[in-house]
Amino acid sequence: MAEKVDYATLKRGGFMRQKQKNRFSLRLHSVGGAFSSDDIRNIGDIADRYGNGTVHFTARQGVEIPFVKLEDVESIRADLARVGLRPGVCGPRVRTVTACQGSTVCPSANIDTQDIARKIDERYYGMELPHKFKFGVTGCHNNCLKAEENDVGIKGSCRVKWKEDPCISCGICVTACREHAIEMTDDGKIAVDYAACTSCGRCQRACPTDAWETHPAYTLTFGGQFGSTLIKGQECIPPIDDEETLFRVTDAAVGYFKDHANKGERMGKMLARIGRDEFEETIKEAYRG
Amino acid sequence: MADFNVADKVDITDVVCPVTFVKTKIALEELDEGQILQVHLAEGEPLQNVPRSCKEEGHRVLKLENNGDGTFEMYVAKGPDDEA
Repeated sequence: MAEKVDYATLKRGGFMRQKQKNRFSLRLHSVGGAFSSDDIRNIGDIADRYGNGTVHFTARQGVEIPFVKLEDVESIRADLARVGLRPGVCGPRVRTVTACQGSTVCPSANIDTQDIARKIDERYYGMELPHKFKFGVTGCHNNCLKAEENDVGIKGSCRVKWKEDPCISCGICVTACREHAIEMTDDGKIAVDYAACTSCGRCQRACPTDAWETHPAYTLTFGGQFGSTLIKGQECIPPIDDEETLFRVTDAAVGYFKDHANKGERMGKMLARIGRDEFEETIKEAYRG
Repeated sequence: MADFNVADKVDITDVVCPVTFVKTKIALEELDEGQILQVHLAEGEPLQNVPRSCKEEGHRVLKLENNGDGTFEMYVAKGPDDEA
Protein backbone atom coordinates (compact mmCIF):
# COMPACT_ATOMS: atom_id res chain seq x y z
CA MET A 1 0.00 0.00 0.00
CA ALA A 2 2.61 2.45 -1.08
CA GLU A 3 0.26 4.54 -3.24
CA LYS A 4 -1.43 7.60 -1.81
CA VAL A 5 -4.89 6.77 -0.57
CA ASP A 6 -7.73 8.65 -2.28
CA TYR A 7 -10.10 8.99 0.67
CA ALA A 8 -12.61 11.07 -1.32
CA THR A 9 -13.08 8.30 -3.86
CA LEU A 10 -13.37 5.73 -1.10
CA LYS A 11 -15.97 7.85 0.67
CA ARG A 12 -17.95 8.29 -2.54
CA GLY A 13 -17.93 4.51 -2.81
CA GLY A 14 -19.31 4.08 0.71
CA PHE A 15 -16.04 3.38 2.53
CA MET A 16 -16.10 5.60 5.61
CA ARG A 17 -12.76 6.23 7.25
CA GLN A 18 -12.71 5.11 10.87
CA LYS A 19 -10.73 6.62 13.75
CA GLN A 20 -8.60 3.47 13.67
CA LYS A 21 -5.83 3.73 11.09
CA ASN A 22 -6.46 1.79 7.89
CA ARG A 23 -9.97 0.72 8.92
CA PHE A 24 -13.18 1.63 7.11
CA SER A 25 -16.84 1.28 7.87
CA LEU A 26 -18.41 0.05 4.64
CA ARG A 27 -21.81 1.52 3.92
CA LEU A 28 -24.13 -0.65 1.83
CA HIS A 29 -26.66 0.52 -0.71
CA SER A 30 -30.10 0.23 0.82
CA VAL A 31 -33.61 1.45 0.03
CA GLY A 32 -36.29 1.99 2.63
CA GLY A 33 -34.53 -0.33 5.10
CA ALA A 34 -35.69 -3.32 3.07
CA PHE A 35 -33.45 -6.38 2.88
CA SER A 36 -34.22 -10.02 2.18
CA SER A 37 -33.29 -12.56 4.83
CA ASP A 38 -30.67 -13.84 2.37
CA ASP A 39 -29.20 -10.32 2.19
CA ILE A 40 -28.98 -10.21 5.98
CA ARG A 41 -27.25 -13.62 6.14
CA ASN A 42 -24.82 -12.56 3.39
CA ILE A 43 -24.07 -9.28 5.16
CA GLY A 44 -23.35 -11.26 8.33
CA ASP A 45 -21.01 -13.61 6.45
CA ILE A 46 -19.13 -10.69 4.88
CA ALA A 47 -18.86 -8.93 8.26
CA ASP A 48 -17.30 -12.10 9.68
CA ARG A 49 -14.92 -12.42 6.72
CA TYR A 50 -13.77 -8.80 6.39
CA GLY A 51 -14.81 -6.91 9.52
CA ASN A 52 -14.87 -7.70 13.24
CA GLY A 53 -18.13 -9.63 13.14
CA THR A 54 -20.37 -6.64 13.89
CA VAL A 55 -22.87 -4.78 11.72
CA HIS A 56 -24.21 -1.29 12.34
CA PHE A 57 -27.74 -0.20 11.46
CA THR A 58 -27.47 3.54 10.84
CA ALA A 59 -29.85 6.32 11.83
CA ARG A 60 -31.22 6.47 8.27
CA GLN A 61 -31.91 2.77 7.65
CA GLY A 62 -28.48 2.12 6.24
CA VAL A 63 -26.26 -0.85 7.02
CA GLU A 64 -22.52 -0.53 7.62
CA ILE A 65 -19.87 -3.17 8.09
CA PRO A 66 -17.15 -1.62 10.28
CA PHE A 67 -13.46 -2.56 10.61
CA VAL A 68 -12.90 -3.35 6.93
CA LYS A 69 -9.21 -3.11 5.91
CA LEU A 70 -8.09 -0.88 3.06
CA GLU A 71 -6.37 -3.75 1.25
CA ASP A 72 -9.65 -5.68 1.20
CA VAL A 73 -11.61 -2.95 -0.59
CA GLU A 74 -11.59 -4.65 -4.00
CA SER A 75 -12.26 -8.17 -2.77
CA ILE A 76 -15.13 -7.11 -0.49
CA ARG A 77 -16.69 -5.24 -3.42
CA ALA A 78 -16.44 -8.40 -5.51
CA ASP A 79 -17.89 -10.55 -2.71
CA LEU A 80 -20.80 -8.15 -2.29
CA ALA A 81 -21.49 -8.14 -6.04
CA ARG A 82 -21.58 -11.94 -6.06
CA VAL A 83 -24.54 -11.90 -3.66
CA GLY A 84 -26.34 -8.96 -5.27
CA LEU A 85 -25.24 -6.29 -2.79
CA ARG A 86 -23.22 -3.15 -3.42
CA PRO A 87 -21.57 -0.34 -1.46
CA GLY A 88 -23.58 2.80 -0.76
CA VAL A 89 -22.54 6.44 -1.09
CA CYS A 90 -21.56 9.30 1.16
CA GLY A 91 -20.56 12.92 0.47
CA PRO A 92 -22.30 15.57 -1.67
CA ARG A 93 -24.85 13.47 -3.50
CA VAL A 94 -28.28 11.88 -3.14
CA ARG A 95 -28.16 9.60 -0.11
CA THR A 96 -30.04 6.54 1.07
CA VAL A 97 -33.76 6.89 0.39
CA THR A 98 -35.62 6.09 3.59
CA ALA A 99 -39.16 4.75 3.88
CA CYS A 100 -41.54 3.17 6.37
CA GLN A 101 -43.12 -0.20 5.59
CA GLY A 102 -46.01 1.46 3.76
CA SER A 103 -49.31 0.11 2.54
CA THR A 104 -48.15 -3.43 1.79
CA VAL A 105 -47.77 -4.00 5.56
CA CYS A 106 -49.08 -1.11 7.66
CA PRO A 107 -52.83 -0.63 8.19
CA SER A 108 -52.34 3.15 8.58
CA ALA A 109 -50.42 3.77 5.34
CA ASN A 110 -52.03 5.68 2.49
CA ILE A 111 -49.32 4.91 -0.11
CA ASP A 112 -46.88 2.18 -1.12
CA THR A 113 -43.80 3.91 0.30
CA GLN A 114 -41.41 1.10 -0.58
CA ASP A 115 -42.36 1.26 -4.25
CA ILE A 116 -41.96 5.05 -4.32
CA ALA A 117 -38.63 4.78 -2.48
CA ARG A 118 -37.31 2.26 -5.03
CA LYS A 119 -38.34 4.56 -7.89
CA ILE A 120 -36.65 7.57 -6.26
CA ASP A 121 -33.57 5.45 -5.65
CA GLU A 122 -33.42 4.40 -9.31
CA ARG A 123 -33.88 7.98 -10.44
CA TYR A 124 -31.54 9.86 -8.11
CA TYR A 125 -29.36 7.68 -5.86
CA GLY A 126 -25.74 8.82 -5.89
CA MET A 127 -26.48 11.85 -8.12
CA GLU A 128 -23.73 14.46 -7.72
CA LEU A 129 -25.06 17.67 -6.15
CA PRO A 130 -23.64 20.71 -4.30
CA HIS A 131 -24.20 18.97 -0.95
CA LYS A 132 -25.86 15.92 0.54
CA PHE A 133 -29.49 15.44 -0.46
CA LYS A 134 -31.97 13.27 1.43
CA PHE A 135 -35.31 11.83 0.46
CA GLY A 136 -37.67 10.23 2.97
CA VAL A 137 -41.03 8.60 2.29
CA THR A 138 -43.60 8.11 5.03
CA GLY A 139 -46.90 6.34 4.51
CA CYS A 140 -49.28 8.52 6.50
CA HIS A 141 -49.59 11.57 8.69
CA ASN A 142 -48.44 9.61 11.76
CA ASN A 143 -45.11 10.37 10.09
CA CYS A 144 -43.03 7.51 11.53
CA LEU A 145 -40.41 8.27 8.88
CA LYS A 146 -40.21 12.01 9.77
CA ALA A 147 -40.69 13.41 6.25
CA GLU A 148 -39.96 17.05 7.19
CA GLU A 149 -36.39 16.32 8.25
CA ASN A 150 -35.44 15.52 4.66
CA ASP A 151 -34.47 17.83 1.79
CA VAL A 152 -37.52 16.40 0.06
CA GLY A 153 -40.05 14.60 2.24
CA ILE A 154 -42.95 12.62 0.81
CA LYS A 155 -45.94 11.84 3.01
CA GLY A 156 -48.83 9.59 2.09
CA SER A 157 -52.15 11.37 2.13
CA CYS A 158 -55.69 10.33 1.28
CA ARG A 159 -58.27 12.52 -0.40
CA VAL A 160 -61.75 11.67 0.83
CA LYS A 161 -65.35 12.13 -0.32
CA TRP A 162 -68.31 11.01 1.77
CA LYS A 163 -70.61 8.29 0.39
CA GLU A 164 -74.12 8.59 1.73
CA ASP A 165 -75.35 5.09 0.95
CA PRO A 166 -73.17 2.89 3.18
CA CYS A 167 -73.01 5.49 6.00
CA ILE A 168 -74.72 4.54 9.27
CA SER A 169 -74.29 8.04 10.74
CA CYS A 170 -72.24 6.68 13.63
CA GLY A 171 -70.11 9.83 13.88
CA ILE A 172 -66.77 8.03 14.30
CA CYS A 173 -65.28 10.13 11.48
CA VAL A 174 -66.28 13.29 13.34
CA THR A 175 -64.34 12.15 16.42
CA ALA A 176 -61.47 10.77 14.31
CA CYS A 177 -60.75 14.09 12.58
CA ARG A 178 -57.99 16.01 14.34
CA GLU A 179 -58.70 19.17 12.35
CA HIS A 180 -62.39 19.29 13.36
CA ALA A 181 -63.14 19.42 9.63
CA ILE A 182 -66.08 16.98 9.74
CA GLU A 183 -69.58 17.70 10.99
CA MET A 184 -72.69 15.55 11.11
CA THR A 185 -75.94 17.35 10.38
CA ASP A 186 -79.13 16.67 12.35
CA ASP A 187 -80.38 14.34 9.62
CA GLY A 188 -77.20 12.24 9.83
CA LYS A 189 -75.42 13.59 6.76
CA ILE A 190 -71.67 14.24 6.81
CA ALA A 191 -70.17 17.57 5.76
CA VAL A 192 -66.44 18.02 5.19
CA ASP A 193 -64.73 21.40 5.45
CA TYR A 194 -62.10 20.84 2.75
CA ALA A 195 -60.29 24.08 3.63
CA ALA A 196 -59.45 22.56 7.02
CA CYS A 197 -58.96 18.96 5.76
CA THR A 198 -55.30 17.87 5.59
CA SER A 199 -56.12 14.64 3.69
CA CYS A 200 -54.68 12.51 6.50
CA GLY A 201 -57.27 9.78 5.92
CA ARG A 202 -58.09 9.11 9.60
CA CYS A 203 -61.83 9.48 8.91
CA GLN A 204 -61.94 6.75 6.28
CA ARG A 205 -59.64 4.47 8.29
CA ALA A 206 -61.89 4.62 11.35
CA CYS A 207 -65.07 4.21 9.30
CA PRO A 208 -66.75 0.84 10.05
CA THR A 209 -68.76 0.79 6.81
CA ASP A 210 -66.34 2.07 4.10
CA ALA A 211 -68.51 5.13 3.54
CA TRP A 212 -65.75 7.14 1.88
CA GLU A 213 -64.40 7.38 -1.64
CA THR A 214 -60.64 7.58 -1.27
CA HIS A 215 -57.74 8.57 -3.47
CA PRO A 216 -54.09 8.30 -2.37
CA ALA A 217 -51.97 11.44 -2.69
CA TYR A 218 -48.44 12.63 -1.93
CA THR A 219 -47.83 15.60 0.36
CA LEU A 220 -44.35 17.05 -0.21
CA THR A 221 -42.11 19.13 2.04
CA PHE A 222 -38.93 20.89 0.95
CA GLY A 223 -35.74 22.06 2.61
CA GLY A 224 -35.67 20.04 5.81
CA GLN A 225 -32.51 19.03 7.66
CA PHE A 226 -31.89 17.58 11.09
CA GLY A 227 -28.17 17.83 11.70
CA SER A 228 -26.26 20.54 13.52
CA THR A 229 -28.95 22.99 12.37
CA LEU A 230 -32.58 21.94 12.53
CA ILE A 231 -34.86 23.11 9.74
CA LYS A 232 -38.34 21.72 9.20
CA GLY A 233 -39.23 21.11 5.56
CA GLN A 234 -42.24 23.10 4.34
CA GLU A 235 -45.11 22.47 1.98
CA CYS A 236 -45.83 24.79 -0.95
CA ILE A 237 -48.24 22.84 -3.17
CA PRO A 238 -51.42 20.79 -2.56
CA PRO A 239 -51.14 16.99 -2.21
CA ILE A 240 -50.12 15.42 -5.55
CA ASP A 241 -52.52 12.89 -7.07
CA ASP A 242 -50.32 10.90 -9.45
CA GLU A 243 -46.77 9.58 -9.81
CA GLU A 244 -46.06 11.45 -13.02
CA THR A 245 -46.62 14.79 -11.29
CA LEU A 246 -44.72 13.58 -8.24
CA PHE A 247 -41.56 12.93 -10.22
CA ARG A 248 -41.96 16.10 -12.25
CA VAL A 249 -41.97 18.01 -8.94
CA THR A 250 -39.03 16.09 -7.42
CA ASP A 251 -37.06 16.63 -10.67
CA ALA A 252 -37.76 20.37 -10.35
CA ALA A 253 -36.66 20.44 -6.68
CA VAL A 254 -33.42 18.55 -7.35
CA GLY A 255 -32.73 20.65 -10.47
CA TYR A 256 -33.27 23.92 -8.63
CA PHE A 257 -30.95 22.78 -5.84
CA LYS A 258 -28.28 21.79 -8.35
CA ASP A 259 -28.45 25.19 -10.08
CA HIS A 260 -28.71 27.47 -7.04
CA ALA A 261 -27.01 25.91 -4.00
CA ASN A 262 -23.47 26.79 -3.04
CA LYS A 263 -21.01 23.99 -2.51
CA GLY A 264 -21.59 22.49 0.93
CA GLU A 265 -24.98 24.17 1.36
CA ARG A 266 -28.11 22.14 2.10
CA MET A 267 -31.42 22.99 0.49
CA GLY A 268 -32.83 24.54 3.67
CA LYS A 269 -29.82 26.83 4.03
CA MET A 270 -30.02 27.73 0.34
CA LEU A 271 -33.67 28.71 0.70
CA ALA A 272 -32.86 30.76 3.81
CA ARG A 273 -30.16 32.60 1.83
CA ILE A 274 -32.01 33.32 -1.42
CA GLY A 275 -35.62 33.18 -0.23
CA ARG A 276 -38.34 30.69 -1.07
CA ASP A 277 -40.39 32.66 -3.63
CA GLU A 278 -38.61 31.71 -6.84
CA PHE A 279 -38.14 28.12 -5.65
CA GLU A 280 -41.82 27.76 -4.78
CA GLU A 281 -42.83 29.22 -8.14
CA THR A 282 -40.62 26.61 -9.85
CA ILE A 283 -42.27 23.85 -7.82
CA LYS A 284 -45.77 25.17 -8.54
CA GLU A 285 -45.00 25.26 -12.26
CA ALA A 286 -43.86 21.65 -12.18
CA TYR A 287 -46.97 20.74 -10.18
CA ARG A 288 -49.23 22.34 -12.79
CA GLY A 289 -47.29 20.58 -15.56
CA MET B 1 -81.52 2.07 23.03
CA ALA B 2 -81.44 1.00 19.44
CA ASP B 3 -84.07 -1.42 18.30
CA PHE B 4 -81.94 -4.49 17.77
CA ASN B 5 -82.39 -8.09 18.80
CA VAL B 6 -79.16 -8.31 20.79
CA ALA B 7 -77.81 -11.83 21.33
CA ASP B 8 -75.05 -10.86 23.74
CA LYS B 9 -73.39 -7.82 25.35
CA VAL B 10 -69.78 -7.14 26.17
CA ASP B 11 -68.18 -4.27 28.10
CA ILE B 12 -64.68 -3.37 26.89
CA THR B 13 -64.29 -0.14 28.86
CA ASP B 14 -62.29 -2.01 31.54
CA VAL B 15 -59.46 -3.12 29.22
CA VAL B 16 -56.93 -1.45 26.91
CA CYS B 17 -55.75 -2.10 23.35
CA PRO B 18 -55.29 -4.77 22.06
CA VAL B 19 -57.48 -6.57 24.63
CA THR B 20 -60.43 -4.35 23.66
CA PHE B 21 -60.67 -6.04 20.29
CA VAL B 22 -59.71 -9.48 21.64
CA LYS B 23 -62.64 -9.35 24.07
CA THR B 24 -64.97 -8.28 21.26
CA LYS B 25 -63.64 -11.01 18.99
CA ILE B 26 -64.10 -13.73 21.61
CA ALA B 27 -67.69 -12.60 22.23
CA LEU B 28 -68.38 -12.67 18.47
CA GLU B 29 -66.95 -16.18 18.20
CA GLU B 30 -69.71 -17.44 20.50
CA LEU B 31 -72.40 -16.15 18.15
CA ASP B 32 -73.88 -17.52 14.93
CA GLU B 33 -73.70 -15.61 11.67
CA GLY B 34 -76.13 -12.69 11.64
CA GLN B 35 -76.56 -12.54 15.44
CA ILE B 36 -75.94 -9.16 17.01
CA LEU B 37 -73.40 -8.24 19.69
CA GLN B 38 -73.73 -5.05 21.69
CA VAL B 39 -70.33 -3.62 22.67
CA HIS B 40 -69.94 -0.96 25.37
CA LEU B 41 -66.76 0.96 24.51
CA ALA B 42 -64.96 4.17 25.37
CA GLU B 43 -64.29 7.06 23.02
CA GLY B 44 -60.74 7.72 21.80
CA GLU B 45 -58.54 4.83 20.76
CA PRO B 46 -61.13 2.01 21.22
CA LEU B 47 -63.70 3.96 19.19
CA GLN B 48 -61.18 4.59 16.38
CA ASN B 49 -60.01 1.01 16.19
CA VAL B 50 -62.54 -1.58 17.41
CA PRO B 51 -65.35 -0.84 14.91
CA ARG B 52 -62.85 -0.74 12.06
CA SER B 53 -61.28 -4.02 13.19
CA CYS B 54 -64.75 -5.63 13.30
CA LYS B 55 -65.31 -4.54 9.70
CA GLU B 56 -61.91 -5.85 8.64
CA GLU B 57 -62.74 -9.27 10.17
CA GLY B 58 -65.87 -9.46 8.04
CA HIS B 59 -68.49 -8.41 10.62
CA ARG B 60 -71.04 -5.71 9.93
CA VAL B 61 -71.26 -2.64 12.13
CA LEU B 62 -74.95 -1.68 12.21
CA LYS B 63 -75.00 1.33 14.47
CA LEU B 64 -73.05 3.35 17.00
CA GLU B 65 -74.77 5.32 19.72
CA ASN B 66 -73.13 8.06 21.73
CA ASN B 67 -74.07 7.66 25.39
CA GLY B 68 -72.93 11.22 26.06
CA ASP B 69 -70.67 10.15 28.94
CA GLY B 70 -67.55 9.33 26.95
CA THR B 71 -68.83 5.86 26.06
CA PHE B 72 -70.58 4.40 23.03
CA GLU B 73 -72.76 1.38 22.24
CA MET B 74 -71.79 -0.49 19.10
CA TYR B 75 -74.15 -2.98 17.50
CA VAL B 76 -72.32 -5.44 15.29
CA ALA B 77 -73.71 -8.37 13.33
CA LYS B 78 -71.48 -11.43 13.14
CA GLY B 79 -70.10 -12.12 9.66
CA PRO B 80 -69.46 -15.54 8.07
CA ASP B 81 -66.85 -17.77 9.74
CA ASP B 82 -63.43 -17.73 8.07
CA GLU B 83 -63.18 -21.51 8.36
CA ALA B 84 -66.46 -22.15 6.55
